[in-house]
Amino acid sequence: MANFYSDNYDIQFLLKHMDIGRLAELNEEGFKFAKDFDYAPATPQEAVDNYAMVLNAMGELCGDFIAPRAEAVDRTGNILNEDGSVTRPQGVVESMEKLSQAEVMGITLPHRFGGLNFPNTIYSMTIEIVSRADASLMNLFGLQGIAETINFFASEEIKQEYLHDFADGKVTGAMVLTEPDAGSDLQACKLRAYQDDKENWYLHGVKRFITNGCGEVLLVLSRSEPDRKGGLGLSLFVCEPGPKVHIRRLEDKLGIHGSPTCEIFFDHTPCRLIGERKRGLAPYVASLMNGARIGIAGQSLGISEAAYQVARDYAASRKQFGVAIEKLPAVRDMLINMKIDIEASRALLYETGRVVDMELGLTKLMDNPPEDKAEAKALKAETRKYKRLASLLTPMSKYYCSEVCNAVTYDGIQVLGGSGFMRDYASERFARDARITTIYEGTSQLQVVAAVRGVCNGTAEKYLADLAARAYDPALENELKLLSQGTAKMLEAMAYIKEINEKYMDLYGRQLVDIAIDLIIGYLFCDQASTQVDMQVPVSGDTGHADGKTVSMKSRKAKVAKRFITRNAAKIKALTEEICAGDQSTFSEYECLVGPIVPQ
Amino acid sequence: MPYNCVVLVKQVPDTKQISGKVMKDDGTVNRAALPAIFNPEDLNALELALQIKDKFGGTVTAVTMGLPTAAEVLRQSLFRGADDAVLITDRRCAASDTLATSYILSCAVKTLKYDIVLCGRQAIDGDTAQVGPQLAEKLGIPQISYVENLSDLKDNRLTVRRSIGNGHQIVRCKLPVLLTVLDTANEPRVNAAKHMMKHKKALTPIEIQQKARAELPDADEAAVAAKAQEITESLSKTHSVVKQWNLDDIKADLTWCGVSGSPTKVNRIQSVVLAAKEIRDVEPTEQGITDLIHELIQDNTIA
Repeated sequence: MANFYSDNYDIQFLLKHMDIGRLAELNEEGFKFAKDFDYAPATPQEAVDNYAMVLNAMGELCGDFIAPRAEAVDRTGNILNEDGSVTRPQGVVESMEKLSQAEVMGITLPHRFGGLNFPNTIYSMTIEIVSRADASLMNLFGLQGIAETINFFASEEIKQEYLHDFADGKVTGAMVLTEPDAGSDLQACKLRAYQDDKENWYLHGVKRFITNGCGEVLLVLSRSEPDRKGGLGLSLFVCEPGPKVHIRRLEDKLGIHGSPTCEIFFDHTPCRLIGERKRGLAPYVASLMNGARIGIAGQSLGISEAAYQVARDYAASRKQFGVAIEKLPAVRDMLINMKIDIEASRALLYETGRVVDMELGLTKLMDNPPEDKAEAKALKAETRKYKRLASLLTPMSKYYCSEVCNAVTYDGIQVLGGSGFMRDYASERFARDARITTIYEGTSQLQVVAAVRGVCNGTAEKYLADLAARAYDPALENELKLLSQGTAKMLEAMAYIKEINEKYMDLYGRQLVDIAIDLIIGYLFCDQASTQVDMQVPVSGDTGHADGKTVSMKSRKAKVAKRFITRNAAKIKALTEEICAGDQSTFSEYECLVGPIVPQ
Repeated sequence: MPYNCVVLVKQVPDTKQISGKVMKDDGTVNRAALPAIFNPEDLNALELALQIKDKFGGTVTAVTMGLPTAAEVLRQSLFRGADDAVLITDRRCAASDTLATSYILSCAVKTLKYDIVLCGRQAIDGDTAQVGPQLAEKLGIPQISYVENLSDLKDNRLTVRRSIGNGHQIVRCKLPVLLTVLDTANEPRVNAAKHMMKHKKALTPIEIQQKARAELPDADEAAVAAKAQEITESLSKTHSVVKQWNLDDIKADLTWCGVSGSPTKVNRIQSVVLAAKEIRDVEPTEQGITDLIHELIQDNTIA
């Protein structure tokens, strides 16, 4: 009887520690929906109770039903039939049915379409829980952003047509963006959209690497303005599979085998415009991608957690040199680092979720601004602040969580040694599933490009100042001092970069973003270690299992903060030195250092 | 076409958790020391009913007989998607054996509209598997026990596969019918988000009374009654007042209920105490196994 929510004390703690009730209040627009929908909450406490109940049910479903099917799903994969249809693995079909029965396929959708109207922060928690059970299933479960995009931008008619079915789990969607020559650079999309003389729209061309391209609702980015190059020539369309949509190929992939990756040929396919012309890439797809990035961060976190749990168990039961290997310094160090990096990812991701929820909630308030001018102005300023912060934290989360996921899953294999390399354990699957997370929805390198701008334009500095101004437990004095010294280092590195040029900023973007992320997470850990929530969590007994002894989460988090901040203080100094050393050989010596291509 | 399903569910002690600590000296189980759970095969019966509702429409009503605390399994049924829930609770039900229980349940089911009555094969506390079949007898409807699969349901007839131990039978039957369902029939769903959010405060009238009293510890009866009325009205809005019937409500003949309706007599209870001693690791080597075998021969475990 596994439950991936009730066995995860960190998620339960954060649900209590973070001010989720405030997010609920914004999301429920002052709880006005309770009078029309019998399942909508009427108070913040009721909303938080709802979230916990749904997370618990999902934890049970994921632990007991979905996780046991993941291995078979990985082995079978999807099959492209001669008639162009796709046969999904049995486990995926069964799990999707159970998720629909659990009524969790429209988590963020409004009540009026049958959704749960939960905040994004809670949605991230559910994605983590699903991904821990089966990372590939997240690519179906976690495509709820497609429905969200329709909800944000499409006409009421299209919303009514699709959103009820999304919420009921009757349809799944696909974001049909990538083309052979338009991957990271979506502005280069070529797929043609044109109108007949009756102003009906059609699509013609090829898309590839489309996750769940065999789904029932396809959102397609295509060039509706043939004479306009770049993003402004692109619009977003919705269409359904049929005789004019051909799945030509399923990719043979390293990981996430349960998720079909399709090449699609649109053969003069009838479609409908979403929203307005020329707004396809920005803002529609940009908004969709921001949500998807947070989704991948959640997926990464779930895979990390799964890999850690297997390693934790193995390290306690495997004996070498007469002792459980967890008694060996190198192994226990790996386990602690995995665990803390996972908690660091979770802290950053949930904070990002909170910020995004604040931004969306405040934006909704702006629809009916307060009459008092000063209040309206303050609301506008606050909304802008959260918007800037969301665009800093979103790429940071995607980058950090996916990189941690790759490191944790590799170490997960390492802890198991030879057994980890074998298919007898799930560790190798976790590492294969992890590999895509730093690539899709924008590579790590692109996330850094986005995040470094947020660091250099002052958003990170202001945010760190806000974080530093929070009230902390006095016992954290040393850690806070290290964080403040680290912030000074970050400003030193930023100043150095600004003296040179933008190319130099991108060259050392990763180092600078790493510094900023470590500082932000350091403060978030201190915040957790200053919690008002009293919660006891079990510690490991001699055999590795719980033996009834507990520790308060507050004091445990203080230990986490201490280790994380102390170790990163040295790293921050080193990164700053690296940035300020001024080495530009990447630009000047590339040809010499890499050498020519060796003829094949 | 839609079908109305009535599912009989039971709250049972979690017998998987039985250890020496919960056994009484006389060899019976101290139920209070065990967590109370939804009888596992009743969840399979509920799941089958919900699948019928998902596919064909209609209603699912969960019914249980038990102590007031058995309301918990009814809430769980509502959370999973049951439309209605009925608690039969009455001190005069105490000490009912399977015959009396099935009689009482039949009185309750007769007051409901039903096409299909579903029960779990058996409860994990008594393990008799008698109540379902006896209930069908008393309702005067056909029964199909040990159901593994519902393969067809149309024109007021259903076809099921039932296990016969070393094989199976395909059985076709006209409605109404009573099915007893095996754990291999399906994997029960988890609580459904919207149903759970809607019914999370669902209470029986007894529980409403207790809640009103707890909120107004020092108030007089009239004030508590008014408070209970207020809670009832508020819960009614979300259809969250669980029906609660006593033996009079279902017009049961008291001579068939409780002790007087129960011919079962317990002759003797044997208390078997398994005393495990310390656990020992045996090295998986030639020597380790040889030593173990020698030891077992010496203490006459094996000859």
